[in-house]
Amino acid sequence: MSAPAESPHPAASARISPKLGGATASGAATPAGPGPAPHQQNGPAQSQMQVPSGYGVHPQNYIAPSGHYPQGPGKMTSLSLDSQCGDYYSGLYTVPTQNVVTPNTANQQPGAQHMYGRGPPAPHIVGSTPGSFQGATSPTLHLHTSAAQRYSHFVNHYSSPAMYSANSSVASQGFPSTCAHYAMSTVSTAAYPSVSYPSLPAGDPYGQQMFTSQNAPTVRPLRENSFSDHSTAISHPSPLPPPPSHQYHQPQSLSGCSTLSWSASGLPSTQHNIVRNHTGSLATANSNPTNTVTDSLSCPVMQNVQPLKSSPVVSTVLSGASSTRTPPAANRPVEPVASVTQPSELLQQKEMITAQQEGTVPKEVYHKGPKVKEGMQYGDYVNNQASSAPTPLSSTSDDEEEEEEDEEAGVDSSSTTSSASPMPNSYDALEGGSYPDMLSSSASSPAPDPAPEPDPASAPAPASSAPQPSKMAKPFGYGYPTLQPGYQNATAPPNSGVPPSSPGYSGFQPYAQYPGMNQLSSSLGGLSLQSSPQPESLRPINLTQERNILPVIPVWAPVPNLNLDLKKLNCSPDSFRCTLTNIPQTQALLNKAKLPLGLLLHPFRDLTQLPVITSNTIVRCRSCRTYINPFVSFIDQRRWKCNLCYRVNDVPEEFMYNPLTRSYGEPHKRPEVQNSTVEFIASSDYMLRPPQPAVYLFVLDVSHNAVEAGYLTILCQSLLENLDKLPGDSRTRIGFMTFDSTIHFYNLQEGLSQPQMLIVSDIDDVFLPTPDSLLVNLYESKELIKDLLNALPNMFTNTRETHSALGPALQAAFKLMSPTGGRVSVFQTQLPSLGAGLLQSREDPNQRSSTKVVQHLGPATDFYKKLALDCSGQQTAVDLFLLSSQYSDLASLACMSKYSAGCIYYYPSFHYTHNPSQAEKLQKDLKRYLTRKIGFEAVMRIRCTKGLSMHTFHGNFFVRSTDLLSLANINPDAGFAVQLSIEENLTDTSLVCFQTALLYTSSKGERRIRVHTLCLPVVSSLADVYAGVDIQAAVCLLANMAVDRSVSSSLSDARDALVNAVVDSLSAYGSTVSNLQHSALIAPSSLKLFPLYVLALLKQKAFRTGTSTRLDDRVYAMCQIKCQPLVHLMKMIHPNLYRIDRLTDEGAIHVNDKVVPQPPLQKLSAEKLTREGAFLMDCGSVFYIWIGKSCDNHFIEDVLGYPNFASIPQKMTHLPELDTLSSERARSFITWLRDNRPLSPILHVVKDESPAKTEFFQHLIEDRTEAAFSYYEFLLHIQQQICK
Amino acid sequence: AFTFAAFCYMLALLLTAALIFFAIWHIIAFDELKTDYKNPIDQCNTLNPLVLPEYLIHAFFCVMFLCAAEWLTLGLNMPLLAYHIWRYMSRPVMSGPGLYDPTTIMNADILAYCQKEGWCKLAFYLLAFFYYLYGMIYVLVSS
Repeated sequence: MSAPAESPHPAASARISPKLGGATASGAATPAGPGPAPHQQNGPAQSQMQVPSGYGVHPQNYIAPSGHYPQGPGKMTSLSLDSQCGDYYSGLYTVPTQNVVTPNTANQQPGAQHMYGRGPPAPHIVGSTPGSFQGATSPTLHLHTSAAQRYSHFVNHYSSPAMYSANSSVASQGFPSTCAHYAMSTVSTAAYPSVSYPSLPAGDPYGQQMFTSQNAPTVRPLRENSFSDHSTAISHPSPLPPPPSHQYHQPQSLSGCSTLSWSASGLPSTQHNIVRNHTGSLATANSNPTNTVTDSLSCPVMQNVQPLKSSPVVSTVLSGASSTRTPPAANRPVEPVASVTQPSELLQQKEMITAQQEGTVPKEVYHKGPKVKEGMQYGDYVNNQASSAPTPLSSTSDDEEEEEEDEEAGVDSSSTTSSASPMPNSYDALEGGSYPDMLSSSASSPAPDPAPEPDPASAPAPASSAPQPSKMAKPFGYGYPTLQPGYQNATAPPNSGVPPSSPGYSGFQPYAQYPGMNQLSSSLGGLSLQSSPQPESLRPINLTQERNILPVIPVWAPVPNLNLDLKKLNCSPDSFRCTLTNIPQTQALLNKAKLPLGLLLHPFRDLTQLPVITSNTIVRCRSCRTYINPFVSFIDQRRWKCNLCYRVNDVPEEFMYNPLTRSYGEPHKRPEVQNSTVEFIASSDYMLRPPQPAVYLFVLDVSHNAVEAGYLTILCQSLLENLDKLPGDSRTRIGFMTFDSTIHFYNLQEGLSQPQMLIVSDIDDVFLPTPDSLLVNLYESKELIKDLLNALPNMFTNTRETHSALGPALQAAFKLMSPTGGRVSVFQTQLPSLGAGLLQSREDPNQRSSTKVVQHLGPATDFYKKLALDCSGQQTAVDLFLLSSQYSDLASLACMSKYSAGCIYYYPSFHYTHNPSQAEKLQKDLKRYLTRKIGFEAVMRIRCTKGLSMHTFHGNFFVRSTDLLSLANINPDAGFAVQLSIEENLTDTSLVCFQTALLYTSSKGERRIRVHTLCLPVVSSLADVYAGVDIQAAVCLLANMAVDRSVSSSLSDARDALVNAVVDSLSAYGSTVSNLQHSALIAPSSLKLFPLYVLALLKQKAFRTGTSTRLDDRVYAMCQIKCQPLVHLMKMIHPNLYRIDRLTDEGAIHVNDKVVPQPPLQKLSAEKLTREGAFLMDCGSVFYIWIGKSCDNHFIEDVLGYPNFASIPQKMTHLPELDTLSSERARSFITWLRDNRPLSPILHVVKDESPAKTEFFQHLIEDRTEAAFSYYEFLLHIQQQICK
Repeated sequence: AFTFAAFCYMLALLLTAALIFFAIWHIIAFDELKTDYKNPIDQCNTLNPLVLPEYLIHAFFCVMFLCAAEWLTLGLNMPLLAYHIWRYMSRPVMSGPGLYDPTTIMNADILAYCQKEGWCKLAFYLLAFFYYLYGMIYVLVSS
């Protein structure tokens, strides 16, 4: 094996190099080892390819840490994931910790090696290369690291299988990582084995890569030789591996000890390569050689490798370490060469290990990996929400440190061996592995452990077949997983018959989904059932014949088709989504695709983990002011290239030093560059004035109507309960105003015996009765405030005043707030009828169900808009609570919140006794409203790569310039949408990035900047554009655009535009498919839900016609569309329907020790409602439980607490806490759904016969109504339009 | 001869020169908006008061040409007059005079539209300026 492998190397390398070379600058490096070379080189090459700026490299470096962790195990990955994904993968977190706990010797060693690779490399170099060679040393370090890491990876991969058999504990650790790897590998690699061979040569490749990158081909041989020598020498000493390993090694033997490690690493790397190939860019060229090798070698190799794992693994690892250590001397001579080449490498790879460190290196290096993580906890970084994150972090760091210590001795030596920058590959593998692991762990399914075993067995077979298909893959169009792997794992188990394997394989799915990768997918299909529900995003689907278009599990955001490390680093789709995860290269292409391009943002989302960075200098691009982010490229240690404007910037001195790790010269390891979501503590440069205190003003309607509705009681009660929980510090101020036809102020000055009411009746020229003491310090005047809140509900009980002078009251509020800014909460219960801003009733009730023209969607006056702009200018946001039973012209009133970045709550028919569900909703909303996070005097800037430009913004804010939104307040429930246009062709870049920076003052008076960065690939073919559609984001963006259209033009225009969006995109797709049957309505899988969602939009309150809809309801729905984040908006548009009378634990997930059943989604059609069942509909802000007429009495009794159907009351809003299994399941499921959203929805139990059922049935959007199409009719309509 | 028509042309000449300045001001203002130099609220506050004067000036010499029975010149100006009327009729809900709403002005479509409008008007006014010059001389020289 070894011989062939080696021989192929040169040849392969020769072949490959040109191909790669074309693709990447580093291409030259490739020649060394066919298998490994491609891997390593591919890694860098690809990165380079895709990201000219060197994205790849960075990420890789970054990732590397994560890689270490995962192996060392799971911990790191979990951490990294957490930081990136936040809530998303919360489940995963727990698992990693477990992994960490298991102290496997083998694992630890790998981990140690990993550590090695990173930090240690520098030390190694130190000895060998003096300052003169710094450049060289750094590369060497890279090599080292890469090798070490790979090694570790290798170990993990292999070891893990072996591990299983040998040690359970080991298995646990190795498992996750291995699983992931496998998953990755399986798809990509049948390649595995083959890969491994190449990996043998990999040692060479490493060196080569170094060289190649350096552009010194001549040097290569030398390098390789030296390497090989070292490695060989080393390897021998280390009693590595059994025969199988020998095979590898022998070929490697040439390369030496290092080869072992390399080979190991090579395997993963090759896999990565393969994966990447699949993904696309390098694919064909690289894959071919590798594949060929792999095919022949694959099976045997795999086997061989595995045996090594258990016993050998540890030894191998050690050997690797030792080898690395010993070699230094040997390497040193070599190094000079490396050094020469290195400069180029540095540029390309950008690994930032500095020669300077060399002296200090050993310790620093060690610390770095762990410390960075720790840093998150203690140092400069502060986990905002320390609760969840810290523990895992700490544990991991500790473990790693230990590992590092063990290896310290070896580190020095190892550094010498360092090879080129293959790291990325290994990282990829690691990450890939970690991902699945995370997922599996999160899923809580037992799968993780079993998974690995199946992998090895299954892997070989698929591998052989798989690799070739992978070659086929397009450059960018890898797989477009519709579901996130994690998610799938969690939910899928129930569906899939093969739980154990599934977790491991889930990782593959993305790959499996490649278009054209039928072989892969089929082979995978056998492995995991999960892949089957997720068709390739381009698979054509005949919509009219697909009866069950809705997947049984919720639709998740597609993962951008990036290489793994970038994917890992990318922003969580919860915060940042793009309608097209593949950005078309030109506007012409975008126009051809007929799809909306835009971003959906949820920037201030509650995060469970967020790296917070305190630093004197916040590193930003000097020309475009972009914050440094994971997707920038480091040209060398001192310079980085902006990924948005491509300007080359200096790395400030301070950035070179990482205070957390007390290490110097690794700017790419700073958390800013390792997390796509970070928060900076801003200096005074970011303040126009001292940070404002939290100021809250409540403006309350106390006219007869308001008192009658009785909201005051609820509000005052909520305020009393949450007074201490209001976000703020010791400076927090609060004030109250009430109004009817006059305006009442309350003097709450400390020292008064009771609140003093001041009445201003001159509403034409409002003035403040006293300059201060109307807004008082919350803590100094708490007693008075409480007195007032207790008294308020009863103060106006006998009022006969029916007028409402809202306008003047708002003017007064503005005057009161303008010195500080803050939040004004307005409670209004009727149409303002006095003073400025008075409104007339514009609604004609007879027109409510008109199918033609819906008027008055826009404001009647610009008074509220102007007021809002004034408020916005004074950093004051106005939040509107409209609790009315009659028309209140929300279209006009909403302006006060829309343009001041406030939020709008609407409670139609509110009455505290007659409508208890609304009262309860108000209560819950208030609790959330009063206690949620808040940011003051905020601005949000959205930047994107040169060539793209922001077109239109949607949400509540004031647009102050082309990319700057002025947000007086920002709250965690605010979502935004941005339409984008492509102004210049993106032909010279393969990646585009978007960055939102939200600068705000926290309630504690800190100025902070929250930065999200999203990175997406650019594609040039229409098929790739379609493959990358994020249909949910697209639909939400369309909904936003439709709202604008209905206001500026007309509702029917907007409806037509929605339908046309579907028609155009589907016909555009149809024209790209040559073999289109014209009789059928064909959509790519990524668009299969498009018609359904648009139909849902057309039946949404905001856009429906023909159904009686009150104007205020309609306008409120529009307001929600504009300002809800995507997750909530999607539920509003297309509710989720579950059958809950037969909940089982099959596929259940575990959350906080509770079992949460995961019933499949039902389509929204009455055909799914059986009279024997009970169904839960989740509409986002409201839940309906529909009870069928002949529903099982057991269910009614066990869950609802009534003996039979007839005895269920008409209005029921709670599920009783019964001590039965089914009740427990139902309640835990509903609680789980509720916990996932900020505003706690109210629950309505709807009996089959009750009048309330119309409410429920109007959400069954697939059914026909008098005024609207059924889903099938809608499809036919679309088809007709297309054929026209 | 110095007829009423000649007077109209001279007046139009002067007023068109003023309108050219209006148009240039308009273009600069929107360019400033696009390049983030100005706050849209301020910019709208400076632009809005100028809208009606511009329209009125144009309408004024249209009426003058009507009185002078310069039908060709009037005909050339009618499209712009109609456009002005349409533009002002379809303005957003505003309490003050003017066309520009600071909340929508930053919309790329509207911004681009306004910029284009500025350039078109500038071109129109420039051509009109020379046409009026020609017309004035023609009327003065003739007869």
